[in-house]
Amino acid sequence: MEIKKGIGVSPGVVISTAVVLDAEDLVIPKRSVGDGGIQGEIDRYFRAIDESTQEVIKLRENVAAEHGKEIADIFSFHLGMLRDKTLQTQVLNEIKTQQTTAEYAVSVAARRLANKFLQMPNPMFAERVKDIHDIEKTILRSLLGERRQDLAHLTQDVVVIAHDLLPSQTAALDRKHVRGFACDVGGRTSHTAIVARAMGIPAVVGLGNLTSEVSGGDTIIIDGTRGVVIINPDADQLVEHRAYGLKHIEIETELAGLRELPAETTDGHLVSLQANIEFAHEVDESLARGASGIGLYRTEFLFLSGEAEPTEEDHFNSYADAIKRLDGRPFVIRTLDLGADKYQTSKQQNPERNPFLGDRSIRMCLHDIPMFKRQLRAIMRVSTLGDVRIMFPMISTLMELRQARMILNDVMEELEDEGVEFRREIPVGIMIEVPSAALMANNFAKEVNFFSIGTNDLIQYTLAVDRTNEKVAGLFCPAHPAVLTLLRDVIRAGVRNNISVSVCGEMAGEPLYTLLLLGLGLTTFSMNSPDIPEVKKIIRSTSMDHARQVARRVMSFDSERQVMHFLREETRKIIPEAF
Amino acid sequence: MPSVTRDLVVPNKLGLHARPAMLFVDTASRFTSDIKVVKGGDEPGEADGKSVMQMIILAATEGTPLRVSADGDDAADALTAIARLFETKFDEEQD
Repeated sequence: MEIKKGIGVSPGVVISTAVVLDAEDLVIPKRSVGDGGIQGEIDRYFRAIDESTQEVIKLRENVAAEHGKEIADIFSFHLGMLRDKTLQTQVLNEIKTQQTTAEYAVSVAARRLANKFLQMPNPMFAERVKDIHDIEKTILRSLLGERRQDLAHLTQDVVVIAHDLLPSQTAALDRKHVRGFACDVGGRTSHTAIVARAMGIPAVVGLGNLTSEVSGGDTIIIDGTRGVVIINPDADQLVEHRAYGLKHIEIETELAGLRELPAETTDGHLVSLQANIEFAHEVDESLARGASGIGLYRTEFLFLSGEAEPTEEDHFNSYADAIKRLDGRPFVIRTLDLGADKYQTSKQQNPERNPFLGDRSIRMCLHDIPMFKRQLRAIMRVSTLGDVRIMFPMISTLMELRQARMILNDVMEELEDEGVEFRREIPVGIMIEVPSAALMANNFAKEVNFFSIGTNDLIQYTLAVDRTNEKVAGLFCPAHPAVLTLLRDVIRAGVRNNISVSVCGEMAGEPLYTLLLLGLGLTTFSMNSPDIPEVKKIIRSTSMDHARQVARRVMSFDSERQVMHFLREETRKIIPEAF
Repeated sequence: MPSVTRDLVVPNKLGLHARPAMLFVDTASRFTSDIKVVKGGDEPGEADGKSVMQMIILAATEGTPLRVSADGDDAADALTAIARLFETKFDEEQD
């Protein structure tokens, strides 16, 4: 029995069985595969070597083309090491004598070899230890990639324990059976937190070396409200946590009662609360929590969960499935927003040096028009099935927007020639997340039907902060006056040009900012559905007048701390139990 | 089975680092004979000439004397090819 304290990032309590996702950078815990598992692990090792070899050959080709033979030579060296009999003998020995997984054997053999290098007196040769680490990572990635397939098909309820959860990993999880997350690293804004809240399951992060202390099959309690994880709890703890879990459900039930009530202020201003989703089945959950529509339908999972690029039919089927469940309510589809953090496993051709500022999202689409058109065709084809709207992400220049619209028009012409039905007047909007678009909101407002402010990325770009970098994540703050100024101006530009403005970043679902956003004139909030009831409660408990006053006051502050303190106080005045 | 041995000295400025080690192993691997490389001196070592891992761990710097032996039907050809690598300084340009 062991108790570990971390950061609770998604509330609730769950008691379940652990499944441990091995980390790429950590010591992989030793797990026994038994006598019968040896051949299977040997096979896995050889498959991983083959896959890694192919990967490195491709890398070498690309590098040779761009940077010349000398740089490419290092990959020839890597290939030599992958094929090397010494490495192979060591790994196979480890598997046979210790009956461990291929991953464990590889990390043991790699560590042994790395030590030999580190002991070399000549620094130039000792430096080659980097290459050992590199191929170790490559082989492990291959082996772990396989494991990710298993997690897509679970047969019982589990909680997932990992060092950190990458978007590519959560995209592949069997969501029906995953009941909670616990990670070694991360914070409130890490991907794990976002997914857990969207799924409405408990999650605790920042637990340190959890992955080396938990084994697959252990019983785990994850208390996302108090930020505690208990490994192999004793009988008393089980009883206590079950009771606590029930209390949490009570509170949830109370909020659920708000479902049918409108998000209307005390002086009669109606606001639309919508949901951000990724999968069609989430529509049901969203409606259950009172969403009046889908303000953001992310389409990336289609590209992450398969090996090949999705076909037009793949797109069409997913969208149609989601729209059918909405019964005429608005549905905003965002075109492919892949890049950097979300697109790691596939297409690892030329790793960009600065992916967040690179060829991603709409830029990637404008560079690959056939792929873009496939998605656009599917969107236009479903446009007759409901109130479908299309949104382009990461727009930074008017030219990009106009190009995208031109391609959309092309698609419409093609469909017309083919005699396929579609809604020509489909509302077209953009995500305001790049500062250039925010600053020129007035110009953009004249060329689109709506804005959706992506505060997550807008804040990152404006404050020059990577929210996944623990060293600076503290600087990421929606309450920064610069961010608030942009928000205010974008909303104003929308109002002035008579287009609707929504916020679909996490800020929309954070109760702390509800009064402020309301007061700035925001009329559509799109968030993870579990957050809808609480935001609705705040809106129903205040008047527009009061919200405007709050906003005016906030805009006069020059520090995040002032802003947050003030908002906390004001929100507590109307909802005492908040925070 | 024929066996041939030659003493060769590492000619490159940077020694048998990644690229030349790879070149050595590629060359040695063309032949069926077993290739063994023995390093003397303060830090003695031995390597299988067809394992790039062992060859690089040998850490043979410039001027290191190596005893290369080939054991097998094509031993003589193997050593000729390997000796040529040393003669041409493993194709590294002199600056």
